[in-house]
Amino acid sequence: MTAPTSPAAIADPPPSITAARARRSRHGVTLAFALALAVLPLVLPNAWTFDVAIRVAANATLAIGLNLLIGYCGQISLGHAGFFGLGAYGSAILTGHFDQSPLVALLASALVVGVLAQLVAGAILRLQGHYLAMATLGFGIIVSIVLTNEAGLTGGPDGMPVTDFAIFGLRITGEGRWYWIFAALLIAAIVAAGNIVDSPAGRALRALHGSEIAARVVGIDTAAHKTRVFVLSAVVTAILGSLTAHYMGFITPGVASFHKSVELVTMVVVGGMASIWGSVVGAALLSLLPELLAGLDGFETVAFGVILVATMIFLPRGIVPSLAARLTARGGEPC
Amino acid sequence: MSTFLQLLFSGLTVGATYAMAALGFSLVYNASGVINFAQGEFIMLGGMFAAALTAVGLPLPAAIAVAVVAVAVVGLLVDRLAIEPARDADVISLVIVTIGVSMILRGSVEIGLGKGSHALRHFSGETPIAVMGATILPQSLWVMAVTGAVVAALALFFGRTRLGKGILATAHNRLAAQLVGVDVATVLLLAFGLSAALGAVGGILIAPIATTSYDAGVMLGLKGFVAATLGGLGSGVGAVAGGVILGLIETFTAGYLSSAYKDAVPFVLVLVILVVRPRGLFGLGPSTRV
Amino acid sequence: MLTVENLTRTFGGVTAVSDVSFEVAKGTIHAVIGPNGAGKTTLFNLVTGVYTPTRGSIRFEGQEIGGLAPEKLARRGISRTFQNLQVSMNLSALENVMTGAHLGLRSGLLAAMVRWPGIAKRDAELRDRAADLLRFVGCGDHVNAEARSMSYGALKRLEIARALAADPRILFLDEPAAGLNHTETHEIEELIAELGASGITVVLVEHDMKLVMNVSDRIVVLDYGKKLAEGTPAEIRVNPDVVAAYLGAESEGV
Repeated sequence: MTAPTSPAAIADPPPSITAARARRSRHGVTLAFALALAVLPLVLPNAWTFDVAIRVAANATLAIGLNLLIGYCGQISLGHAGFFGLGAYGSAILTGHFDQSPLVALLASALVVGVLAQLVAGAILRLQGHYLAMATLGFGIIVSIVLTNEAGLTGGPDGMPVTDFAIFGLRITGEGRWYWIFAALLIAAIVAAGNIVDSPAGRALRALHGSEIAARVVGIDTAAHKTRVFVLSAVVTAILGSLTAHYMGFITPGVASFHKSVELVTMVVVGGMASIWGSVVGAALLSLLPELLAGLDGFETVAFGVILVATMIFLPRGIVPSLAARLTARGGEPC
Repeated sequence: MSTFLQLLFSGLTVGATYAMAALGFSLVYNASGVINFAQGEFIMLGGMFAAALTAVGLPLPAAIAVAVVAVAVVGLLVDRLAIEPARDADVISLVIVTIGVSMILRGSVEIGLGKGSHALRHFSGETPIAVMGATILPQSLWVMAVTGAVVAALALFFGRTRLGKGILATAHNRLAAQLVGVDVATVLLLAFGLSAALGAVGGILIAPIATTSYDAGVMLGLKGFVAATLGGLGSGVGAVAGGVILGLIETFTAGYLSSAYKDAVPFVLVLVILVVRPRGLFGLGPSTRV
Repeated sequence: MLTVENLTRTFGGVTAVSDVSFEVAKGTIHAVIGPNGAGKTTLFNLVTGVYTPTRGSIRFEGQEIGGLAPEKLARRGISRTFQNLQVSMNLSALENVMTGAHLGLRSGLLAAMVRWPGIAKRDAELRDRAADLLRFVGCGDHVNAEARSMSYGALKRLEIARALAADPRILFLDEPAAGLNHTETHEIEELIAELGASGITVVLVEHDMKLVMNVSDRIVVLDYGKKLAEGTPAEIRVNPDVVAAYLGAESEGV
């Protein structure tokens, strides 16, 4: 009754073995990357290069979190910088005005953002496409306006200073020490995201992206899954916001702007949707771009725009997935 | 009473500008399902081009005409070079493309015309006219009158002409439109050109009052998008209604409640509408068959 | 097992399903047939939670399920396939089938992040079981394929494999043979017969009369949203009302 299977197929190893092998090679790549990050400080010549590396690592972590929502789960958020700003200012205000310890401030801000994200998600995640884009955009801009206006707490458009970060009494200052924190966070994000993607939870997210009704009839509570990944990415973003605020020693409401939200989405989309390494590549590319065009403001904007448009036209799935597809196609697999 | 009237005039003026922006959004959305995040830059370009042209000596009417045509051409180019090649991509990719286009346009103006603000001459002088205890600028009357005329012309175009009906048909069902001989790519091209021209006209009208600079388009575009959503994406009537209502609510909030949070008003409104009635005041609901 | 009583659904002014009642016995293959527009798919969508009934009741194993959301129905052992194919094309064939068994797995995000013990092992077992299911439905060639590279016929069978992955108590097949050629239809027919023989209760909507007559234990005939007749294939074949309703569809081989 079943269609005859070819002899080669019978000799194939069971899919679970193939999957396990693929997982091991992914772990290998991650390990190699972690080693590279560990060795990198030895070759970075000065504090400025450390600063660039830190910014790439921070952006990559942000992009990975956002990619879970946008790439894997298929939702849109044009307001994620709002969560970043809330984390940053939450930490700054709690440590600056209320004398809380930086760790407590970070956790408290992350918790508040988590609760807020849960509420926002409940209200808007049933929207789709442009409506969802508009709703998230609205949220982000409202946060950015509030941060700009409540000058008493936030220092207004000119921003406010942020105290140093300290973990259990150990103060973290200087690019050297901060590098380890951001690098460790990036590795943790790569591992955690990889674990999610390779799990029933990750499969549920990707399935509902493909067909929401099919996911529902197999029992996946799509609303709950969408909400959870939205909250997770918001909390990750807030934590990065807190840490970045302490690292830079100063924050302005610009960190929560629409422009920043667009930057985050760009890193995900250009680097590769539903691709963890794509997010790393996208973050690296778009963090280094301002360095190359430093001082030429108009040109930086135009270059950014050209990259966005060109990538969407020529590499619609983003850099890493499109290149990976080209490479495997040339590997001789029949189309 | 005079404060109320003053705010009313202000609100109607800015509302007319939002209505023009919203119309541009709705037009493109209707023809292609794309939300053109670069619409705001078309508005900015209109004002900037006109200002630059008068600065080099062109008389105002000529500067306006040239600016509108130039921006319309920009709209055509945007469609041909950026939108058409990416047309079959999914929503988020199209959003990214139009955001990219807006950055290219904004950056180019920053390079070409610098970061400073430019002023356009008021069309018929700056002497305010006294009306029932409030004053209204002649330019405001221009804004409202021209916007009204444009809206009427568009209503005629979409309601009575073959081309206009073709554009609407494409919006409702692309395949069916193609089957009856409507050339979809051309319709899109025209929609972009027209919406760019509309944006330019709106930008030129408001430039004397609001001054304009390379980044004036961002907020205007976003608020135009909000107005279109309020009124119902894809509905011309909705766009105008949404624009005027948004302008009035924003101005009255600034006048009576808090001017610091004036810019937050559109976005709070849009969140409320999206939660309560996503299709807006006049929009049609989406429908999918399983 | 399944009791539908006075089920009615209106859309605006149109009554798609009107006062339909029937029972499906456990372990049988029950077909719902009728001319185009008779309300078969609406009936399906009502029973599987896609639509809410306007009036009437749907009871499954004694419990009222009318109006429950699809994800809740899955918990009670109800699985279905779709007439218009609802496959997650971004996933591989295996992954699509694996989602069918979603409810049996631990699917929390936090547990996944830290590789909670047991998740990986059960996933591996499921992956192999999914491969077996693909082979069972005749997609053995596609075990390592991506969903988007599969043909229409293969995808229809993929949906069945996905529905089976949940070990359903009752399986709803929405036009499983639609768009298939003769050979593929015959294969589907054999597959359905095999499913019935293994004890799963099957309810199917189908246009292909030969398949329906060969495979069903009981048939319900709908016309204009109302139940026209119910009985065994032999009874339906000679029912004058059914023949009249199908006049013009004689070529389908009743």
